[in-house]
Amino acid sequence: MTEAATVDARPVRRAARITPIGILLWAFRIAALAIILYGSYLSISSGRLSASQWRDLFVFGISTGSVYALIALGYTMVYGVLRFINFAHGEVFMVGAMMAFYVANALALTPLWASSPVVSLLIVLVAAMATSTSVAVIVERIAYRPLRGAPRLIPLITSIGASFTIQYIVRGLVGPSTKAFPRMVHLRGTTEILGIVILKSQLVVIVAALVMMAALYLFVEKTRTGKSMRAVAEDPETAALMGIDVDKTIVKVFAIGGAMAGVAGALWGLVFPSLNFFSGFLPGIKAFTSAVLGGIGNIVGAMIGGVSIGIFESVGPSLVLAGYEIPAFSQLKDVVAYAALVLVLIFRPTGILGERLAQDRT
Amino acid sequence: MSQVVDAPVPVEVEFRPAPPLDMSRAVKLGLSGGVAMVLVCAIGMVATFQPRMLIDPILPMGTFFLYMLAFIFGWMAGQPPATLEGFEPAKAGGRNLQAGALAGLLGGLCVGLLLIAMTTWDLRGVFINLSPELVEILTFGLPVAAAIPVIAAISAVAGALGSAIHLLPNRLRRALLPALLWVLVFSLFTDIFGQLFAGLRMEFLIDLLYTGRGGALTIVGAVIVFAVFFALYWWMGGRENTLRQRVKAIPKDKRSRWQIGAALIILVVLYFLPKIMGPFVSQILVTAGIYLLMALGLNIVVGYAGLLDLGYVAFFAVGAYTTAILTSPQSPMFTPQISVLASIPFVMIAAAVAGILVATPVIRMRGDYLAIVTLGFGEIARILLNSEWLAPIFGGAQGITNIPDLKIGPLIFSTPQDYFYPVFLFVLIAAYVTYAVQNSRWGRAWMAMREDESVAEAMGVNIVTAKLSAFVVGAMLASFGGTLFAAQIGSVFPHTFDIVVSITVLVIIIVGGMGSVPGVVLGAIVLIVLPNLLREFSEYQFLFYGVLLIVMMLKRPEGFIPSKRRAQELHSEELSQDAWLEIYGEKGLPEQVPEGGMA
Repeated sequence: MTEAATVDARPVRRAARITPIGILLWAFRIAALAIILYGSYLSISSGRLSASQWRDLFVFGISTGSVYALIALGYTMVYGVLRFINFAHGEVFMVGAMMAFYVANALALTPLWASSPVVSLLIVLVAAMATSTSVAVIVERIAYRPLRGAPRLIPLITSIGASFTIQYIVRGLVGPSTKAFPRMVHLRGTTEILGIVILKSQLVVIVAALVMMAALYLFVEKTRTGKSMRAVAEDPETAALMGIDVDKTIVKVFAIGGAMAGVAGALWGLVFPSLNFFSGFLPGIKAFTSAVLGGIGNIVGAMIGGVSIGIFESVGPSLVLAGYEIPAFSQLKDVVAYAALVLVLIFRPTGILGERLAQDRT
Repeated sequence: MSQVVDAPVPVEVEFRPAPPLDMSRAVKLGLSGGVAMVLVCAIGMVATFQPRMLIDPILPMGTFFLYMLAFIFGWMAGQPPATLEGFEPAKAGGRNLQAGALAGLLGGLCVGLLLIAMTTWDLRGVFINLSPELVEILTFGLPVAAAIPVIAAISAVAGALGSAIHLLPNRLRRALLPALLWVLVFSLFTDIFGQLFAGLRMEFLIDLLYTGRGGALTIVGAVIVFAVFFALYWWMGGRENTLRQRVKAIPKDKRSRWQIGAALIILVVLYFLPKIMGPFVSQILVTAGIYLLMALGLNIVVGYAGLLDLGYVAFFAVGAYTTAILTSPQSPMFTPQISVLASIPFVMIAAAVAGILVATPVIRMRGDYLAIVTLGFGEIARILLNSEWLAPIFGGAQGITNIPDLKIGPLIFSTPQDYFYPVFLFVLIAAYVTYAVQNSRWGRAWMAMREDESVAEAMGVNIVTAKLSAFVVGAMLASFGGTLFAAQIGSVFPHTFDIVVSITVLVIIIVGGMGSVPGVVLGAIVLIVLPNLLREFSEYQFLFYGVLLIVMMLKRPEGFIPSKRRAQELHSEELSQDAWLEIYGEKGLPEQVPEGGMA
């Protein structure tokens, strides 16, 4: 009796898979792809931008993307361990950027800023990292630790609360005005690497982000602490049974995520010199998209995802929207980022590298 | 071996004395309180609140707010620990007072440190709110060295008073605290009481309690309010039957008559409310009503169906813009100029389409991913409304103006007082829908989906229709809010439909209680009406929301007036474990029935 049943089961299952929703989603997918491809075809064939302009957009995308990647590391590591979106992570980044602004501002008044840019940049980086790390750890202690084991939406809602709280505390502390990051003489102008002309500030951002990410990757893969983090991400209960202090490991995850966000905050000031208390929201959303695109819980994925989102965002409007001759398409830059977010979550919630997390976690 | 036991036989249990109160906890709480006190100074709350007198001339609001924190942290530090199994319940005593005073003292010392820092260095380059006025407020005009002991002493006393609450006998506490709270209410909402007493032709009360109409509460007034409410609560505490018990005691057939009577009284009060309260308060009530309408809609989406929609404001925008385009002569592309009332069917269609558009892509999505995608949709909607590209349809950043007033037959609604009634009517409809749907086939499908999507699907719930219907019903309720908003304000601008609206609505249902209609009403009153009435507060409204979200999720995730089912769901694990102690800790151990073989 069992033999016949199993043989019959396959065609039945296959038939059941074609649902109206499935058809609809496929239609949506194909339409989205067609829109993107036709728009790209139109704008490339119009020859509105020269090859070097396209290249500039790409380089700009890579440099903002590497900042997104640094922020995305925090999302992805926390999601890997606790399975919730730390909505307040964008604010951790913003606090780091704020600190970087004030330290840079103070340093810009001293001769150090002009004479030894590397030292002053390092000071800015360290200050931003320290601030972001402490904010991330405090938020974890107050808002997330008491909620271990709560239904999954509860820490998410708490993190929305934490995000608002941090934003408005910062607003109260330093005021709502937009701050302008001081310029560095040494980072003005362009330089040439491998035959590509690139803005010096963008080069610094890309290199610094790469160094930090490589360091983090080695840390997580090679050290004992990194191993315990991976163990907790895999299975917290078993990790606890193996003698790993889960709470301490989670604090370390938040601290490292915060430190990376702090670096991102300091680097952000070099690319986008304006900053206010709400500046963390959008980069946070984009970094989260990067984390999902790369495969959430996956560190290398976060880097790939970040750079991809950066490129989408910088090239996308000129490539797709300009093709349809949409007026003032640069206003829609964020729409491209959000559309990328929605499309990624709908069509590839496991991300590029994220096979490890199955459908039940999405 | 089983035996039938007629009466439970209490088992002799030996209790060990409770461990003494942990002082290191008081130190930690005191330092946290100190950080909180320094923060409220540094973000400018104290200085902003200071000009407002709570009790003229002795109690300005800024100072009160600052030392209120010391009071609260003292209360927390003095709290006797939860009774552990096998221990006697802890009794509050002098040690609790000491703990409270210690916490308060540490908080005051932190403020002292802030004072020293402020007067030694100029910190205003970074922290814009650390102004000389703040120094003036904190020191009470004394020199810094003399002021610090004063601040520390006041904080310590506030902390000790906070912890003293635990020492009061129950009846006294239940009379004292509400009476103090009423004094606070009378002193905070002077506009309301002034308007109310004037509207009721009882101006003599204003003269009795306040320094003038809209002025501060006087000392005499505070004493009178305190005495009246203290006496009232003391008397109520002495009665054996509470109101609720007495309502329950009414036989069933008579109870419905009472309920109709109560509903009629409420309706009459609501009918006269805007007339008595004037345009200012009516405007706040209308705003709160529109938020309430949205909250009831989101309550269906999040509270019933468990779909966390962070882009809910998009549906509000759909309603507002549909009405604006169809009714306004200024609409850029399409000017049918129909009446607001006639636009409502179109608004419903537009909302249903928008609901389906949002819901379809997220059908296979759950939990936090769904939240982020809906947030993305909401933001896309706002950016598109704001863009040059679609300005020929939606007017871009200039929005659409000249939306006509709502007209129903001969009635023309123009002032906030007028709008109170249609808003209230829609809220009633929404509340009715919420109740009606709760135990319907749809409602049960939603709740099953909320509990566990896979299990619900396996049990035959059609997830596709359940999700689509939840989004569509929620979208329609929000779009009605949008229509009323557009008609009342007379114009729509894209920047109104910001993510903070979505978050505000979410906070309302979380504070009130997800899935519970009375809870949502309470949430709208607390979160929209109160901050709007306290004008000093408006700058800190979102900070307040953020803190409230965290505190609610940590301490009471089911909200203030929870729906029964939701609370059970959230506490199922606790009930089976830790809360066992809390439940039986106060009453002592449950009477155990000895079982054969166990004893």
